[in-house]
Amino acid sequence: MRIVQELLFVILFGAAVYLFARKAGQIRKNILLGRDKDLSDHPDLRWKNLFLLAFGQKKMFRNPLVAVLHFFVYAGFLIINLEILEIILDGILGTHRLFVPVLGSLYPVLISLFEVLAVLVLTGCAIFLVRRNILKLKRFISKDLDGWPRSDANYILITEIVLMALFLTMDTADQTLQARGVAHYIPTGSFWISGMLTPLFSGLSDGTLEAIERGCWWLHITGVLAFLNYLPYSKHLHIILAFPNAYYASLEPKGEMENMPAVQQEVQLMLQPELAANAPASDTMPKFGAKDVMDLTWKNLLDAYSCTECGRCSAACPANITGKLLSPRKIMMDTRDRLEEVGRNIKANGTFTDDNKTLLRDYISEEELRACTTCNACVQECPVSINPLDIILQLRRHLVMEESSAPAEWTGMFSNIENNMAPWKFSMDDRDKWATE
Amino acid sequence: MHIKTMAEYAANGETPEVLFWVGCAGSFDQRAQKITKAFATILDKVGIQFAILGKEESCTGDPARRAGNEFIFQMMAQNNIQLLNMYGVKKIVTACPHCFNTLKNEYPALGGNYEVIHHTTFLQSLIDEGKIKMQEGGTFKGKKITYHDSCYLGRANNIYEAPRKVLETLDAELVEMKRCRSKGLCCGAGGAQMFKEEEKGSTRINFERGHEAVATGASVIAANCPFCMTMLTDGVKEAGKEDDVKVLDIAELIAQSMK
Ligand code: SF4
Ligand code: SF4
Repeated sequence: MRIVQELLFVILFGAAVYLFARKAGQIRKNILLGRDKDLSDHPDLRWKNLFLLAFGQKKMFRNPLVAVLHFFVYAGFLIINLEILEIILDGILGTHRLFVPVLGSLYPVLISLFEVLAVLVLTGCAIFLVRRNILKLKRFISKDLDGWPRSDANYILITEIVLMALFLTMDTADQTLQARGVAHYIPTGSFWISGMLTPLFSGLSDGTLEAIERGCWWLHITGVLAFLNYLPYSKHLHIILAFPNAYYASLEPKGEMENMPAVQQEVQLMLQPELAANAPASDTMPKFGAKDVMDLTWKNLLDAYSCTECGRCSAACPANITGKLLSPRKIMMDTRDRLEEVGRNIKANGTFTDDNKTLLRDYISEEELRACTTCNACVQECPVSINPLDIILQLRRHLVMEESSAPAEWTGMFSNIENNMAPWKFSMDDRDKWATE
Repeated sequence: MHIKTMAEYAANGETPEVLFWVGCAGSFDQRAQKITKAFATILDKVGIQFAILGKEESCTGDPARRAGNEFIFQMMAQNNIQLLNMYGVKKIVTACPHCFNTLKNEYPALGGNYEVIHHTTFLQSLIDEGKIKMQEGGTFKGKKITYHDSCYLGRANNIYEAPRKVLETLDAELVEMKRCRSKGLCCGAGGAQMFKEEEKGSTRINFERGHEAVATGASVIAANCPFCMTMLTDGVKEAGKEDDVKVLDIAELIAQSMK
């Protein structure tokens, strides 16, 4: 019997890890479809960002109450997963609470701390469910989330509540069995939370309790492994990707736009033709801006997979606030959806096969792109270091430079700058007129 | 007051302490010209040797770049850098946060390296050095003033305190809008929006911001950007408060209150 359980566990665990690794590899491949950009400079500053922004969740603390709750859920979830290590080893070796002899009197203290965290996670998730579904905060009822994304958020919160409840129930049954001196349930000392809950189970027989304990153990670990495999399809991938994303976050002032060396060189040759002789000849026409996900940088694509769909960006976006179509959250969700589609296309065909679709227009419309004021509010607010503006600007570059598509007023502004050195139609000679008045 | 150009300084074999980069709005927009004059007056009063580029100045290229037209940006930027380097310019002050951002953050990649200062920071150091002295019981004493953070000074370059420190010297009552500092709401002009109609929506961004500013009960909205100036002035008008609430640049506030 025991050997069957062990075998079953090893198969389950192996399958879960294999499936997760396969999907993770696919996501990595998709991210690397992006244009190269060297972000290996200043490792010291980058580590600092990783600690402050990802571990410390600095941006979340712009709203302290939510930050504390989120921190409980996150820290709780992370730390309780240490307990998973014991569960996995027990599962493989067929032992029960393997670490008791190793840790001695420290063991009940650790488990008790996990239990406290479990209660905090449970409470946090319950409050988050209320915020999402009953308080109807604007950023949660937005149409950006219609359909799957809204369910996704709720599924995860409910799953976390169930997992924590299973963990606590398992411990309570275990504590009761220990007190009764049932064989196999080695004494561990009292746990703080489950130790108080034992009276609930006092009326149950040893057999029932053992069934409850085993049932919860299996459901809990199966749930955790299922959760692991659900992550890559969900906005909850951020619990992993927030870390690399913080590390690779831009270190430049937010106002700085990425330079385009190809254009720089071309203009230089135009202004100083004498340099042409030394210029390296390039035979490929460079592409200007981005039309599809492959034209964006790999960091933009990592951003897309890291997005939690929280909507803090859109709630701060002046265009979105005033009813324009633009929503920076949607920019990120669209980028991820399109990238997944391109990934599936490549998987099915070996290489990318034109599907008559692009990120621009099929996902993100010109009207959305035009509405952006480049105010950086979205970048400022994003708790996981995402830059929606960078994507918007690259798409705009494509529109203007590859398709000459711009509103008539902009075309006028361009030619004014070109001819009069100012965006308005004034004579260059009048530039210093104010000084003579 | 005669304002000398870089060319005039160069002709005499002299170099000014600082170049005042006026910018297109500051040069051509009638309202913004007043800001330019106010700032030039302050510089003159405290005896700073400064120059302008005059007719030789061109657009930094900011609106073209943000609209997506990198070619025009590069043309403007490279011409400007050539000119600035020819004059050996080291230090630039400007009253426009868009020019400030482009000169400071985007010109270095193209070979233009200067110390670039926004006029609010410049004013703060003049005050700190005691070069600007305020009148006793100045024009704005006791008045309610609210400060609008421009995106390109605030979030884009993390300058939030210098303008506020300057305003504190006015002895006025500073009131903050709910959305201020890094949470400040855009006026709606950036990213080349100034040069086209807004997309359709439920309201205009400057109306939204104008209402928010007016709701503080302030009689003065302090700005640091000629584009915010235009946008907020319209926003206040839309709120029906143009007689009670004035939108003024920080340079204008100081020019009116200094000894
Ligand atoms: S930068 Fe553009 S998308 Fe981001 S908040 Fe500002 S207007 Fe919205
Ligand atoms: S981009 Fe950032 S702020 Fe916006 S929804 Fe995604 S995680 Fe939230």
